Amino acid sequence: MELNNNQLLRFTTAGSVDDGKSTLIGRLLYDSKSIFEDQLASIEATSKRKGHEGVDLALFTDGLRDEREQGITIDVAYRYFTTPKRKFIIADTPGHIQYTRNMVTGASTANAAIILIDARHGVIEQTKRHAFIASLLQIPHMIVCINKMDLVDHQEAVFNDIVSQFEVFSSKLDVQDVRFIPISALNGDNVVNRSEQMNWYQGSPLLHTLETLHISSDTNKIDARFAVQTVLRPQREGFLDYRGYAGRIASGIYRVGDAVTVLPSGFTSKIASINSGEEEVSEAFAPMSVSMTLEDDIDISRGDMIVKTNNQPEMHQEFDVMLCWLNDQPARPRAKYSLMQTTNEQKAMIKEVVYQIDINTYARNTENKNLTMNAIARVTIKTTRPFMLDSYRDNRMTGSIILIDETTNETVAAGMVV
Amino acid sequence: MSKYFLNYLDELESEAIFVLREVWAQFENPVILFSGGKDSILVTHLAHKAFYPARVPFPLLHIDTGHNFPETIEFRDRLASEKGLQLLVGSVQQSIDTGRVAEERGKNATRNILQTTTLLDTIEAQKIDCAIGGGRRDEEKARAKERFFSHRDDFGQWDPKNQRPELWNLFNGKQFEGEHFRAFPISNWTEMDVWNYLLREQIDIPSLYFAHERQVVWRNDSWIPVSDHLKLEPGEAIEIKKIRFRTLGDITITGGIESDADTLEKIVTEVAAMRQTERGNRTDDKRSESAMEDRKREGYF
Repeated sequence: MELNNNQLLRFTTAGSVDDGKSTLIGRLLYDSKSIFEDQLASIEATSKRKGHEGVDLALFTDGLRDEREQGITIDVAYRYFTTPKRKFIIADTPGHIQYTRNMVTGASTANAAIILIDARHGVIEQTKRHAFIASLLQIPHMIVCINKMDLVDHQEAVFNDIVSQFEVFSSKLDVQDVRFIPISALNGDNVVNRSEQMNWYQGSPLLHTLETLHISSDTNKIDARFAVQTVLRPQREGFLDYRGYAGRIASGIYRVGDAVTVLPSGFTSKIASINSGEEEVSEAFAPMSVSMTLEDDIDISRGDMIVKTNNQPEMHQEFDVMLCWLNDQPARPRAKYSLMQTTNEQKAMIKEVVYQIDINTYARNTENKNLTMNAIARVTIKTTRPFMLDSYRDNRMTGSIILIDETTNETVAAGMVV
Repeated sequence: MSKYFLNYLDELESEAIFVLREVWAQFENPVILFSGGKDSILVTHLAHKAFYPARVPFPLLHIDTGHNFPETIEFRDRLASEKGLQLLVGSVQQSIDTGRVAEERGKNATRNILQTTTLLDTIEAQKIDCAIGGGRRDEEKARAKERFFSHRDDFGQWDPKNQRPELWNLFNGKQFEGEHFRAFPISNWTEMDVWNYLLREQIDIPSLYFAHERQVVWRNDSWIPVSDHLKLEPGEAIEIKKIRFRTLGDITITGGIESDADTLEKIVTEVAAMRQTERGNRTDDKRSESAMEDRKREGYF
């Protein structure tokens, strides 16, 4: 088995149980032979007990006891499968309960989003909501699966009609790459294997699409950003003067000898060495975890960012973000929250709610200033120290923030720098 | 294709190293939960890479049920001394002797569930604020819901329905006194990924993982090793089989599979062709459909 150059692709699935989302995941796992015999035996037994005909693949995605009992999904669950071409991580997000919170969470690390539409119902509110969040979180690839084609006699006209419905509303969204695939998750048409029922469809089945999406360009390789997580000081023979700055490259490429600037202090130096584990390397790129040393002795600590001198983020104390409110407790006006960006943490407050977005209609509301659970709003944030500003559109890793309420220690909001 | 991309194992490695460094940066007194199994060995190896040339800054914490494979203990002690790591041991026997827990009764009695009390007592006594585990989301359906940074309340309990959202690379490790965290750096690895990585990096693992001849008894659809703790049931007979273990837990609950795989290469090939999950040979998970979820809620690994 030669897997050495295979990439990892992370995708989310959005949709409700009714759209056949669990069946689709079950189908992908089953047809790619990722379901084991003991798991299948357990699903078969449960299917029989519940009186289902045949094996209900949807049961494979049930996790917690409450989910099995109530037939709902409560939280994001992660699933894994591998084909000879790629390794896949599915963030399986619930369609109904706390949908914004869960979808945003699943979408934050995804390369691709699968949006499911029931062929009988076409584009519904939920579709718009999912597409909106996928575009808000800048998922690079969107795959719209029009499911249950078997229930509409596999008609091309139904498929085409839904594609145009989708294109009409998605023209208002910021989406780079959208594809449409007619499928029947239940029967396996165009999931792993090409459908014999829909010869009019010339594109690839879903799995082949996932295996061949071009994802190498999904990470920003232009703007070099390296947030220091911790400083390595070995204090042992051979390394007494060693000061290594450990972190994961957020974006860009670093080479030994590069002229760098440390933010926020502004001190400049050159990269003396880069280590990946025990191995010394001459260059490193996102998303590698490395440690680097600089030619000069500079005071650098966690939260500082090492960037290339010729490509620096702007520094601001007031800036706008698109904020998703994730907590039962509404936002407290002008309250101080702890803001995390990369490894940097500081106090911040929401200075102003500019507008809220209705994620079903995309309408903007400038009247409602209350941020409650699942709200999505453009807000102005004010920080106590200068904030290293990269827009989320340019840089998903440095343009993202979370807010933590220090009275409860909960993560209450996620934001994307505009 | 551009040369600036990572293959999946390098990306998983980079993610795990990032998590380990976040733990070190965000917590005061973190430890690695060390069972002697391949996953905790992998975590220790990744910690070595994360902090090189500095030493691994985490002590190893072993929750010792007293029902060990002797090979595991030998391996544990050797690894700790080679890497210069501090070893902490929480003893289930001591929890029994002091009356904190009582032995289970019945045919399939084990000390598996008793470990939770010992673990939580040790975490409290040692003021541990983060315990790093080798748990993986592909192992079990309740584990599929785990965060990288997983909050535990002051009773050590996990509330799976009310977890903090975890977005991008931003991990919130904030806690109140008495609470603690579990961190899972290899959340996104599958069993196959672990074996492929162990092979690639030539990481030393206990001999139990390789095929060897052993005295065993056929019980609950797997080969249970003969030990001082095993009581033969009527109709059971001791046999000698060439077996290996896919996971290592207590000697009383870990079943082996018949195998000829005596090298890492052969194990990778064998695992790739497996049609049963690795925990399928663990009687602790067979008790009910939500056996793992129930134990995890209480504070299990």
